[in-house]
Amino acid sequence: MIVLRRLAEAVPSLVGVVIVTFLLSHALPGDPAAYFAGPAANAESVAEVRRTLGLDRSLPVQFGYYLLDLAKGDLGHSLTTGQPVTSDLLQRLPASMELTLAALIVAIAVALPLGIVAALRPNSLADHFCRLTVTIGAAFPTFFVGLLLVYLLYFKLGLVPQPLGRLDEIYFTPPPTVTGFYLIDTLLNGDVDAFRAALSQLILPAVSLALFAMAPLARMTRAAMLTALGSDFVRTARANGLPARKVIFTYALRSAMLSIVNVMGMVFSFLLGSNVLIEQVFGWPGIGAYAVSAVIASDYAAVQGFVLMMAILYVLLNLAVDLAATAIDPRVRFES
Amino acid sequence: MKAGLMRATHPAEAAAAHGVPLLEVDRLTLDFATRGGRVKALDQVGFTLDRGQILGLVGESGSGKSVTAFAIMDLLDQAARIETGQIRFTGIDLLARKRRALKELRGREIAMIFQSPRTALHPIRKVGHQIEDVLRAHSSVPPGLRRQKAIEALERVRIPDPARRYEAYPFELSGGMCQRVMIAMALSADPSLLIADEPTTGLDVTTQAVIMDLIRDLVRESGMSVLLITHDLAMAGEYCDRIAVMHAGHIVETAPAHLLLREPAHPYSAKLIAATPAKAASIEALAAIPGNLPDLRQPQPPCRFSTRCERHRPDCDQPPLDAARLGQDHLVLCRHPL
Amino acid sequence: MAVSTLIRDTRYAFGQNPLTLMAAILFVFLVACALLGPTLVPYDPLASDAMARMQPPSLGHPFGTDSLGRDMLSRTIVATRLDLGMAVFAVALSFVVGTAMGAVAGYLGGWMDKVIGRIFDTIMAFPLFVLAMGIVAALGNSVINIVIATAVINLPFYGRFARAEVNVRRDLAFIEAARMGGNGPMSVMARHIVPNILPPMMVQISLNMGWAILNAAGLSFIGLGVRPPEPEWGIMVSEGAAYIFSGEWWTFVFPGMALVLAVFCFNLLGDGLRDMIDPRRRT
Ligand SMILES: Nc1ncnc2c1ncn2[C@@H]1O[C@H](COP(=O)(O)OP(=O)(O)O)[C@@H](O)[C@H]1O
Ligand SMILES: [Mg+2]
Repeated sequence: MIVLRRLAEAVPSLVGVVIVTFLLSHALPGDPAAYFAGPAANAESVAEVRRTLGLDRSLPVQFGYYLLDLAKGDLGHSLTTGQPVTSDLLQRLPASMELTLAALIVAIAVALPLGIVAALRPNSLADHFCRLTVTIGAAFPTFFVGLLLVYLLYFKLGLVPQPLGRLDEIYFTPPPTVTGFYLIDTLLNGDVDAFRAALSQLILPAVSLALFAMAPLARMTRAAMLTALGSDFVRTARANGLPARKVIFTYALRSAMLSIVNVMGMVFSFLLGSNVLIEQVFGWPGIGAYAVSAVIASDYAAVQGFVLMMAILYVLLNLAVDLAATAIDPRVRFES
Repeated sequence: MKAGLMRATHPAEAAAAHGVPLLEVDRLTLDFATRGGRVKALDQVGFTLDRGQILGLVGESGSGKSVTAFAIMDLLDQAARIETGQIRFTGIDLLARKRRALKELRGREIAMIFQSPRTALHPIRKVGHQIEDVLRAHSSVPPGLRRQKAIEALERVRIPDPARRYEAYPFELSGGMCQRVMIAMALSADPSLLIADEPTTGLDVTTQAVIMDLIRDLVRESGMSVLLITHDLAMAGEYCDRIAVMHAGHIVETAPAHLLLREPAHPYSAKLIAATPAKAASIEALAAIPGNLPDLRQPQPPCRFSTRCERHRPDCDQPPLDAARLGQDHLVLCRHPL
Repeated sequence: MAVSTLIRDTRYAFGQNPLTLMAAILFVFLVACALLGPTLVPYDPLASDAMARMQPPSLGHPFGTDSLGRDMLSRTIVATRLDLGMAVFAVALSFVVGTAMGAVAGYLGGWMDKVIGRIFDTIMAFPLFVLAMGIVAALGNSVINIVIATAVINLPFYGRFARAEVNVRRDLAFIEAARMGGNGPMSVMARHIVPNILPPMMVQISLNMGWAILNAAGLSFIGLGVRPPEPEWGIMVSEGAAYIFSGEWWTFVFPGMALVLAVFCFNLLGDGLRDMIDPRRRT
């Protein structure tokens, strides 16, 4: 029931997203027809292109066609690859998802304990360390962190393989696609060496990406834990003599999770945005790197398709966050 | 090490056997470090509580009642510093004991319930599970039986349909129901002392009486002692055996409840009685006590009530001021008692 | 009185948090670089020198030289103006437009409120950097469009804040205005509402500056907006990255560190300002 309601609530966002991507590609300054006709075109061929693209029709009509195409999953053709944008994107999506999820896991695994420790001992060394890490992490551009790590860990120390893609394909063959996630597919394939190789390729980009997302997570964890630890019900738990572990995790952390889950939207926005930059740095064959080459080649359809796909992904992730919050908080379930 | 605390010989029984009171707070003095200076929250606070008794700790808001309770429970926040004094439970000084041993007492021997019960329970955990958390911490009830025990605990505080309430979240229950749940939790380890910090504040008048009757009945059933903290002197008079009146970090008067209400010796006690609706002759007499509590960050005269006192005389500000014994069980901190 | 409290609060904030003082000093330094950069630097940031390619940091070139022999120190300093400039204009634009939209929504309510709220929601439905990319790609690849894109993605932060504040203060402000002798809505806004929402807005602006700098630099890093040989931190990092595998670290580290310092400075200032305005919300 509540799932349906949350789904319904996501619809206006999706509609807005579709309108904006349409406007970005059809209604703004610059003449797509002139652009698609190429630099050598004359007025006649531009008009010809305009007609075939349907750009001579009124905006609402164009929007109608746009919706029809969308419904068919048709985002146009990429100029650079010559392939349908949809299949280009879908083919590269797992690489991006794997990277983003890995970064999310790293960010949570570091930020949550850091925030909890800082909140347990406010103004202690651990707290100052947390604050410093968070402030510095928020100031380092992801792409710069990525480059620094590559320079230090690959070039100087040789601890990781050359940062070019998901797997060194000279020595390893990519696993047959099941989930599209190399870390999972290599294991399903029983190829432990390839798994290790894929992991060592993934670590640097994931850590670089995670650093930036850690800041809001750690800050919120600390703040929410401080509030929770100072709350009446934690005092009750202490007065009842519950063990410290129980008080911290079952009582304080569980209620703090609500606020923490609520910043996940922002965290995803950071991750998906920075993903583009990180893929560029690490030669990661995902949709971000695809979009960057499309932008540079002025590959219109590909860029718009990318923006739309990212936005839909983001709306879905936010939906998942909402559902998670509902699962945690019985009060929300009760309201409906 | 824990001779007085073993479950086999119930500490309260052991204490009674030796003629030691269950709880003695002795010359407890305590500060808070704040930005604006040290808040001298408690000064030479002392009282005793015998087995099976209900002692009322009464005073207006801010007089230090909760701080006293938190000191007993070891729930003070980090800004607090205990200067001097002892808190003896079954004759053993809790302040001298190691922290670990103190934690063992919490919830097991000394339990506490709070005001605003709806926020004092975990907002997103089923109340039944919250009771089980306490059971798990203090007793060897096998996991399979905990649910049954939790339901029995709810039954004991007379919650109707306890099996269904077990599944409820605090927001689904009324304030009175939440207070019963909190009492059920507090009593689940059969403590010998219950500290109730304004347990009925925020509840409506009928529910207040129901909760207080419940506490009194539970005391009679189990023989535990209660430290009842309240700002309502009339309520304390009705439910307590003895009353300690607190003002600005001082215990200003201790006496059996009926005696204190009939013949208060301290001017502050008299003002409190005049301010209770039941005793007030008219609406005008229900006037609040003049003046405010003194700012405890400033140096205080020996009598912290002197600036508010109508009977103030020059020698009141002469140190030292010690509690005077008016009767066998009647102490007052005043040079010129009524 | 207001000024003396402000001074006291400022002194308090600096005293409490020496980092804020450091950030203030850094801020002055950055502004000086932005204003005076081109006259301060030892070399022409655009002048290449075939004899001095890829030189590591030395006394003559403290930040080394790049592949065309241009002095990295000069380029890094001169770039301050463009990087801060893009961020300042973007933040100013979104502050003015966002506040105006939010104020109108909060003041008028009704369908206007709904439409404006929907616009903000839609912007927030995108991963913000991705939306900025899309906007620059659509509007055309130029510095102005980077500024516009960065402004657009920040609109909701100002808009929602202004809307909430105006909603709360509107009625109070009207009573006040009536007492002082009747005023029109515009002057109620200007006299009673804007001054009240300005201090918390300053915190937002400062925190936003850091984010705007990152955003603009990120866009130029992937090749949008700024064109070579223009010195700009993002594009310099991207140019320098090409030499990372031959170990010429100075080509990307110095402009990168300049970015870090600038963002760090504004983030710390924002935190300091927040402590000053609302010490309770300290995290
Ligand atoms: N954490 C604290 N920090 C500083 N002062 C405190 C703190 N807790 C209590 N106090 C001070 O101690 C005094 C007594 O408070 P309290 O015991 O809560 O009063 P009440 O009798 O209403 O329960 C008050 O003056 C209060 O300001
Ligand atoms: Mg209290």
